[in-house]
Amino acid sequence: MNEPLKIARRPEPGGDAVAGPGPELPLTELAGWGHYPVVQGCERRSEDLEDITRGAVLTRGLGRSYGDSSLPPPGRHVVAGSPLADRLLAFDAATGVVRVEAGFALMNLNRLFLSRGWFTPVSPGTHYVTIGGMVAADVHGKNHHVAGTFGEHVRSLRMRVADGRVLECSDTHERDLFRATLGGMGLTGHLLEIEFQMRRISSPWMWQESEQVPNFDAALEALQSAGRQWPYTVLWSDLVAEGSRLGRGLLMKTRWAEPDEAPATPPRWRGAPALPMFLPSWFLQPWMATIGNAVIYLKHGARPRTGIIHPETSFYPLDVLREWNRLYGRRGFTQYQAVLPGPHDHPRHRRFVDALRARGRHVFLCVIKDCGPEGKGMLSFPRPGVSYALDIPVGPQTQALVDALNDVVVAEGGRVYLAKDAFTRAEHFRAMEPRLDAWNAVRRAWDPQARLKSAQSIRLLGDDP
Amino acid sequence: MKAVVFGGTKGMGRALARLMAERGDALCLLGRDRDDMARSATDLQIRGAAGTVGVATCDLLDPSTFAPALDAAVAALGGLDAVVVTAALFATQETLERDDALRARMLAANFTNTIQFCELARQRLLAAGGAARLCVFSSVAGERARKPVLLYGAAKAGLSYYLTGLDHKFASRGLRTILVKPGFVKTGMVAGLPVPPFAGEPDAVARVVLRAIDRGTPVVYAPGIWRWIMLVIRLLPRAVMRRIEF
Repeated sequence: MNEPLKIARRPEPGGDAVAGPGPELPLTELAGWGHYPVVQGCERRSEDLEDITRGAVLTRGLGRSYGDSSLPPPGRHVVAGSPLADRLLAFDAATGVVRVEAGFALMNLNRLFLSRGWFTPVSPGTHYVTIGGMVAADVHGKNHHVAGTFGEHVRSLRMRVADGRVLECSDTHERDLFRATLGGMGLTGHLLEIEFQMRRISSPWMWQESEQVPNFDAALEALQSAGRQWPYTVLWSDLVAEGSRLGRGLLMKTRWAEPDEAPATPPRWRGAPALPMFLPSWFLQPWMATIGNAVIYLKHGARPRTGIIHPETSFYPLDVLREWNRLYGRRGFTQYQAVLPGPHDHPRHRRFVDALRARGRHVFLCVIKDCGPEGKGMLSFPRPGVSYALDIPVGPQTQALVDALNDVVVAEGGRVYLAKDAFTRAEHFRAMEPRLDAWNAVRRAWDPQARLKSAQSIRLLGDDP
Repeated sequence: MKAVVFGGTKGMGRALARLMAERGDALCLLGRDRDDMARSATDLQIRGAAGTVGVATCDLLDPSTFAPALDAAVAALGGLDAVVVTAALFATQETLERDDALRARMLAANFTNTIQFCELARQRLLAAGGAARLCVFSSVAGERARKPVLLYGAAKAGLSYYLTGLDHKFASRGLRTILVKPGFVKTGMVAGLPVPPFAGEPDAVARVVLRAIDRGTPVVYAPGIWRWIMLVIRLLPRAVMRRIEF
């Protein structure tokens, strides 16, 4: 491989001590998956993650967080990029414990290990994420009600902390740092290596049953009862339908297929086409949400569907079109995700949906998932209750909509997901996060000079710019 | 296939070695940093490489390391079918113009020393009596002198010239020389540089190159579209080349 010679790097303007881009490394647009906000920045990528994280303000993975979690804070431009640091460092075929460099992509974990009978213990809705990103956001998946977040399955982390030291932490060694890092959005240190426990699977195929649910209350009930029998459950919900049809949806219940049910040949991982360009921002119109949601619901039909499906179809339905975020145009979109406590407390959830509907019909996609107990991560998103993930195009109404939703979330004792957030106000976040002070205390113990920060930590977590 | 990969811990070498490991080839890595090579060897092992992935210390800036490294690799593999060279040095034109010492190192590594290495590899490939594939990464930068890659391109042009001749001279004796001319590929080598149109992904480029190694294709452009891009650039008149900045 051609090795870049060391390029003399100029300190960034503003007394920035980190290695900045030399004159040869130009600034480009950096954004999260929602393409909002967009900042001028530069991502330094290298196979040598230890090298590029030295003095860096933040590390970014594959950029699949939706908002500003992976963006440099104002006045800074450079973030370290982990995706080229993607080696498997150890694998125990007897126990399923694997150790990887932080930039290793979930897609490759699946590709290499599914046919060997192992799968990630927890999977988010896309496989274009790094394992480091999965730890930083402490991702959850369709099995949260039984398996918890990804962090519950992490055994050990190797990190570069703010003072430059590289150290290993786990539940038994530097436990505070470990727990603050799970869901800590990369703000407690740079993740270098992750060791975690994979899950044994009975076959590389899945068995799924899906059914229509007629309205919102029925949907919550159905999700709740499905979770008692199925390891993976999720609800797609039509929150733009009118009247008694509001909240109608499709409930998906999935488990790994038994060897005698599964096809003899392992599933093939297909390449996916990419949306080649941004569509114009006016392209998606509210009537399309109405029609699209109705079509998805009616196309399924009233009869439950059962059968063997490809794990890719089950876990990553949106990955069939790479760069699908460009559908929303350059103006971008936000995914608003909040969890509200008390699955049985339907009026609480109705208030949330009413606040949403009072502000218009802008929700193109709504995914509902019941969450199990809180995990180890000091700032991790999930808590017992029901989580709503809403895809909303960015427009003049977005801030007011998010504010209105957050009013309800604060009042009902819920919270929002940092990996998705781009619009929440610091006051709202503080009101919904009594855990923030404890987390910040651990952070400050490891980073007294507040060297590590992101655009999001300035906006939301009380960091000084 | 029993293959030696010089530069297999990073970039294109890493991508290519992984494809070979995943189909069960036996591999030995050559490079400077033993710790880094050990980590890559483990990665390749887990991905399915046959036997134990070997490592041997070899520095492109120190030709005295070439023969011992190659001999150690042949011994570790118990034979030899292919030698892949992705190791090289890269720096931008501005940096190379500014820094005399760097320029000397780049020219020595990418031209003189790479050819020295290929000569030693050629002898061992023919002696081993295997598939005898010598795959070397040159560059489209060596196709036509262009302002932003003038010095780097000059070294690569010389290397391409040599490899073409190697094919002419030794094809009849069974040596298959695979001259790879990558276009812009998104590896760590060019991280931070603006990404031009038609840039390739390392994995996709590696698949093209591995097919060329298996078939013994003498010249391979990767991504393939660069064959046509370079055809156009080669046809541009001097007056145009003086004006354009790419």
